[in-house]
Amino acid sequence: MNDFTNQQIQAYKPMTPAELASIVMNKQELYILDVRNEEDYSDWRIEGHGITSANLPYFDLLDGVEPALELLPEQGDVLVVCAKEGSSIFVAERLAESGRSSITYLQGGMKAWSEHLEPVHIGKLQDGGDLYQFVRLGKGCLSYMVLSGGEAAVIDSLRMTVVYKQFAFSRGARITHTIDTHLHADHISGGRALAEETGATYYLPSKDADEVVFAYSPLEHRSELRVGSTDLAIQPIYSPGHTIGSTSLIIDGQYLISGDILFVESIGRPDLAGKSGYWAGHLRTTLYDTYAALPKKLIVLPAHFSKYTELGEGGKVAAKLGDLFESNPGLHFTDEDTFRKAVTEQLPPQPNDYERIRQVNMGKETLTQDEQRDMEIGPNRCAIHDN
Amino acid sequence: MKIDVLVDAKGLSCPMPLVKAKKAIDAMLVGQLMELHSTDKGALTDFQAWVNKSNNEIVKVDTISGIYTFVIRKG
Repeated sequence: MNDFTNQQIQAYKPMTPAELASIVMNKQELYILDVRNEEDYSDWRIEGHGITSANLPYFDLLDGVEPALELLPEQGDVLVVCAKEGSSIFVAERLAESGRSSITYLQGGMKAWSEHLEPVHIGKLQDGGDLYQFVRLGKGCLSYMVLSGGEAAVIDSLRMTVVYKQFAFSRGARITHTIDTHLHADHISGGRALAEETGATYYLPSKDADEVVFAYSPLEHRSELRVGSTDLAIQPIYSPGHTIGSTSLIIDGQYLISGDILFVESIGRPDLAGKSGYWAGHLRTTLYDTYAALPKKLIVLPAHFSKYTELGEGGKVAAKLGDLFESNPGLHFTDEDTFRKAVTEQLPPQPNDYERIRQVNMGKETLTQDEQRDMEIGPNRCAIHDN
Repeated sequence: MKIDVLVDAKGLSCPMPLVKAKKAIDAMLVGQLMELHSTDKGALTDFQAWVNKSNNEIVKVDTISGIYTFVIRKG
């Protein structure tokens, strides 16, 4: 291998989704050149406090990367991004050949970015246990692990079950419960698979499970699930509205896992199962009566975020219930009619393939890994104010 | 329909289907027809976006058992 080849090889390098996640969560600066087509870019892209991004499709750079060079800042790190990685390597290589330094490409592209989960420590539990939030930055999904006395419960598990298994293993814990707060429409649940793989029990609200074709344990209002040998309790609170079965969880008297009912900057949409008019009333009762009666000091931990502005310290997504009653626009619709209009009219587009995703989560359809990945492309779009 | 140039990009992933298509189109005369075969789903939307921005025109799009076929007239 001669020197020239060596230089070329070193001129651009991959950035892993984990490295990118660290940049986003720590609010560091990065310039992103997204070379997907314009439609895909406007639909869904990498965002963050320190992220500047521009879109220039790779097929406009086949004759040369001059248009990209004109766009890029003269110095500083540049990350080239595409759907799977092939086109970003193509562009990164040409940028590097043209002499631009500090060029990286996103390993695995948006597909890998969409699957990356980053664990964030939320807090200690009274019995010495821990609560972790798993942030899926690419799609805006949040799942949780409660660890106590050598046991673990996973809430709203995503289909990347190996992440939870490895994490529990590294903490010396056995997964005993997997819980879905509702039947998801934006992503494929990993709850059932994770339970099968670990011998855990899978809980799902029975009102969301009318059509499911597998066995599950019903997640019942005011029942108590116990994790570990201590008194740590997970208390389900029936909170319909996003779906008819939606159930929130109070953990350790400190945390409110709010599923897709209440987010940090918005509230859940009631239309993804085609019954928005009917469920809007439930959603209002849940938010304005049930949630309003809960202790204001509870830390709300939702199942999604829509905007990077919802990422707080260290990348965690959390807010005090009392603060949300002050700041969240979804909790400030004074009359019922205004509320109904806000949650049923002019909603953002539905999540990609949401009807089929619901069928998969009911166990009615089995798909390959690639098919599952393709179905989950794009943002979660579970809130009423997504755009 | 008489196809002037056939580009087989089956089994190739982005950006190669478009690299091959562009190379073929550049060498064609205005009015000639190119048929492209691809198995990459991503290439489907990219290809349409690319053609829409050019003077070329999509004449036919077809999917048969996982193979996407495009016919393009050079403009």
